Amino acid sequence: MEISTLHILVVGRDHEILLVVERLINSHEHWAATIVTTDEAALAAFNKQQYPIVFVCAGVTAEEEETLRQRLSALDPSVTLIRHFGGGSGLLENEVRAILDRRSIRPGKTN
Amino acid sequence: MSNTILHKAATRGHADHGWLESFQSFSFADYYNPERIQFGALRVLNDDRVDGGKGFGSHPHDNMEIISIPLEGSLVHQDNMGNKKVVGKGEVQVMSTGKGVFHSEYNNSPDQPAKFLQIWVFPNRLNVPPRYDQIQRDPVKEHNRLQQLISPVPKDADAVPEGTWIYQDAWFHIGHFDKGKKIAYELKKKGNGVYLFVISGSFRVDDGQTLDPRDGLGITGQDAINITAMSDDAEILIMEVPLKF
Repeated sequence: MEISTLHILVVGRDHEILLVVERLINSHEHWAATIVTTDEAALAAFNKQQYPIVFVCAGVTAEEEETLRQRLSALDPSVTLIRHFGGGSGLLENEVRAILDRRSIRPGKTN
Repeated sequence: MSNTILHKAATRGHADHGWLESFQSFSFADYYNPERIQFGALRVLNDDRVDGGKGFGSHPHDNMEIISIPLEGSLVHQDNMGNKKVVGKGEVQVMSTGKGVFHSEYNNSPDQPAKFLQIWVFPNRLNVPPRYDQIQRDPVKEHNRLQQLISPVPKDADAVPEGTWIYQDAWFHIGHFDKGKKIAYELKKKGNGVYLFVISGSFRVDDGQTLDPRDGLGITGQDAINITAMSDDAEILIMEVPLKF
């Protein structure tokens, strides 16, 4: 699947950490982050924009992750929701690339 | 069934940012190899060199157990938990980043490089309060035997494990061996795997595999591992981690 911009939704409870994750994602050409600190804000964002990838991190519990997965999957069964570990730059790119490979998504390949 | 996976030093990922040179046993940052993502709960094993006067500015982590083992020089650690520490060769630093922590790590020397292993282990509990610890290695305890550096969080709050602990059923041991000395490592938990990383010298593992400096070998399906030092000044780090977590 070719897309112009890969939109990534990041859900966490620690706004400071989310700001760093947002900056890291946005530093990639063709990747764009939206950060939210509540599940309701995540659902609202999800209704406005298609997000192939949703990361949960920074304070989201396993139970909240599962609830959010169910709610977002009901809106878009193709969404990939995974936990972003580590909070910083070390694993973020790897996590995104693994999903892109698995789903054969190629950002920046069309306009 | 016993299985091994060999990561020769020369096949690791490599990043040279000038002030930072890093060799990565597993995929990290710009290095992405789908065949080398992790060994069980062991996700990151970076062999880093930081130039004098340089370092990592303040940045966040969450939900990761981060173990740093300086091999040369020292680092100045500062975090938003109020810690400001120097951690140098002969010591081990552990951060349970839990629900989130910001920290910086700078070379403590203005002109000499600092070298250290940076190891990340997935935690078995999410969003714990962040924790920092630092321990001193004992050269006597690790000469021709294994010294325990890391073990799982104690079930008994009053228990004092050898070394320090992390939020994972993982055990790290280190030892410095003379040529010909044999090491028998028995796994602490059934089903775990062991990742061997040679810091210096060379070793032979029981199946005949020879490991040279900075080689890594993952071993699964065994309850015990026998290793022989093949050179003097041979130093090895043994990381036992859960394969499923």
